[in-house]
Amino acid sequence: MAEARNTYRTGADENGHFGLFGGRYVAETLMPLILDVERAYNACREDPKFAAQLKDLNTHYAGRPSPLYYAARMTAHLGGAKVYFKREELNHTGSHKINNCLGQILVAMRMGKKRIIAETGAGQHGVATATVCARFGLQCVIYMGAKDIERQKPNVFRMRMLGAEVRAVEKGAATLKDAMNEALRDWVANVRDTYYLIGTAAGPHPYPTMVRDFQSIIGDEVRTQLHEAEGRLPDSIVAPVGGGSNAIGLFHPFLDDADVKIYGVEAAGRGIATGEHAASITGGSPGVLHGNRTYLLQDEGGQIQDAHSISAGLDYPGIGPEHAWLHFQGRVNYVLATDDEALAAFQLCSKLEGILPALESAHALAYVMRAAPSLPAKHLMVMNMSGRGDKDVFTVAHALGESL
Amino acid sequence: MSAAVKFDARMDDRIAARFALLKKKNRPGLVTFVTANDPTPEVFREILEGMPSVGADLIEIGIPFSDPMADGPAIQLSSQRALKHKTKIADVLAAVKAFRETEIDTPIILMGYYNPIYHYGAQEFAQDAAVAGVDGVIVVDLPPEEAGELTVHLRANNMHMIFLTAPTSSDQRLPVILKEASGFVYYVSITGVTGTATADENAVKDAVARLRRHTGLPVAVGFGIRTPEQARAIGAHCDAAVVGSAIVDIIAQGVGKDGALDRRLSVKVLEFVKSLATGVHGAWP
Repeated sequence: MAEARNTYRTGADENGHFGLFGGRYVAETLMPLILDVERAYNACREDPKFAAQLKDLNTHYAGRPSPLYYAARMTAHLGGAKVYFKREELNHTGSHKINNCLGQILVAMRMGKKRIIAETGAGQHGVATATVCARFGLQCVIYMGAKDIERQKPNVFRMRMLGAEVRAVEKGAATLKDAMNEALRDWVANVRDTYYLIGTAAGPHPYPTMVRDFQSIIGDEVRTQLHEAEGRLPDSIVAPVGGGSNAIGLFHPFLDDADVKIYGVEAAGRGIATGEHAASITGGSPGVLHGNRTYLLQDEGGQIQDAHSISAGLDYPGIGPEHAWLHFQGRVNYVLATDDEALAAFQLCSKLEGILPALESAHALAYVMRAAPSLPAKHLMVMNMSGRGDKDVFTVAHALGESL
Repeated sequence: MSAAVKFDARMDDRIAARFALLKKKNRPGLVTFVTANDPTPEVFREILEGMPSVGADLIEIGIPFSDPMADGPAIQLSSQRALKHKTKIADVLAAVKAFRETEIDTPIILMGYYNPIYHYGAQEFAQDAAVAGVDGVIVVDLPPEEAGELTVHLRANNMHMIFLTAPTSSDQRLPVILKEASGFVYYVSITGVTGTATADENAVKDAVARLRRHTGLPVAVGFGIRTPEQARAIGAHCDAAVVGSAIVDIIAQGVGKDGALDRRLSVKVLEFVKSLATGVHGAWP
């Protein structure tokens, strides 16, 4: 049981720590810039004009609010809890990533930066970044692991159409971790004109806090929408967790509602016992990587291990530091879904609800499918449909033994 | 016997003694960087043992890491070669210990990223490194804001925490860094990762002059020095010039695609270090 606290919502502290986690573990060359980003973000936070500009973009460009949808056929099929989907996949660009990109691009422009770099795994953040750069006429360079480029071809083409340069990263496992290393190297080399638009709620302070704040619109809307639909709070909320930006966005507004159970679903890949997974909390230990202290997949010498997940967006050996802290505090339950479970959820959701979920979101749905049947009909469960699955059709087809 | 001898040697502060000696000789020092166990534990030890006699005044040993975010391709690859031998901190310290059996004056500085050290345990690392004969530590991704948890243990074991300063370090920022610094100050001469650009002599001259207004510590300059000529030009404006990627590139050239090693690899590396030393040693008028 979680220790009783006044609030779980005040972090990070002034040095960017969430308890033991978080911080600013970056090369000195980047420190002044990180501190500049923090100053700029703090100024934006207090500026009503910034809030108004972001609200306008969220409404007229991204299409917010995203619907809260009662998944009636899924609910009937599972025969237990009443299941709602928060439809982030209906946002412009097809996932929750646009929420953060719109916020950060305004921060970057206030800092006078002309060149934007980003890392991407599934390509959702890359597409969202390329989109906002196109919208505001800024140069855009996306770092993407070569393996991810191969399995997310549609998104690579979308980024190029949007005017971004996609740079393949062949190093390491050629996935998200390696893309982030390359983006950091680019930033060190181009500190003066470049802004690094980090896509997940990780990295050095202030990124985990800033990304969380821009994504918290998800949970804020759910509160309002579920109140309109049911007149009360949910009993449980569920989101997939890679780096954890969609999850922290859904969770954060509910952290102080003790009766709301919270579940973050990590990617168990081929199973934790096989070692081929991306479950940093379940299968990892605390360490320091990419600017923050958090749970990491690492060997006994402190070398970072390659993650594995069928979902490119979850294929990362770390997790945002606020999640690490929420796990440490016992406020959020971090649970698992395997590649196979996610594939089954992908297919079931497509047939029952007419919604192709992103493979990331399918992990959350896999947990819903496990948990909902044994819960009473009055139990309200909200799952974050964080992205749409169109980008994953090649991966799913391959896994099902079909070629497109 | 060794514990008492080593304790005395530690109290002598090899880094301070070495910079005092350089001053007396009226020349800047050469700092060489190699990654531990690159390309193999055996060849690495040959290189390490040979360094002092060919003119390396201080030696940096890289602790290999899977994700060296501040390093360019040369040092990334050297880390990967070292990790093929499952190199851990214990192996790095064992190599230092072996080196110290024959060489007690040349300072050894370990350079790396925080995660392997954190995983080993900051306190245990400091204790074991001191016993092995390490003199200072550079942790690339540990700025002064986060460094306290390691610095406290290094100091308790008479070791230096050496901080990086960069072209982006403002006059407001420098005191924050230098308050925690000891041993010497490392100036990163380029805005970029290791081995990817050439240090600009005039910019370095100005930057070192600015650093000297903030600190009395010796200043070593690195990240953008590849040749004896550059080492000489940069060395003219500082207390020591650091060369890493260019040395590591020679190691890379000696490793065949099939992993076969050039039998003269350590000789070639040491010949290059000698040429660097010749360049650096003539830098001051």
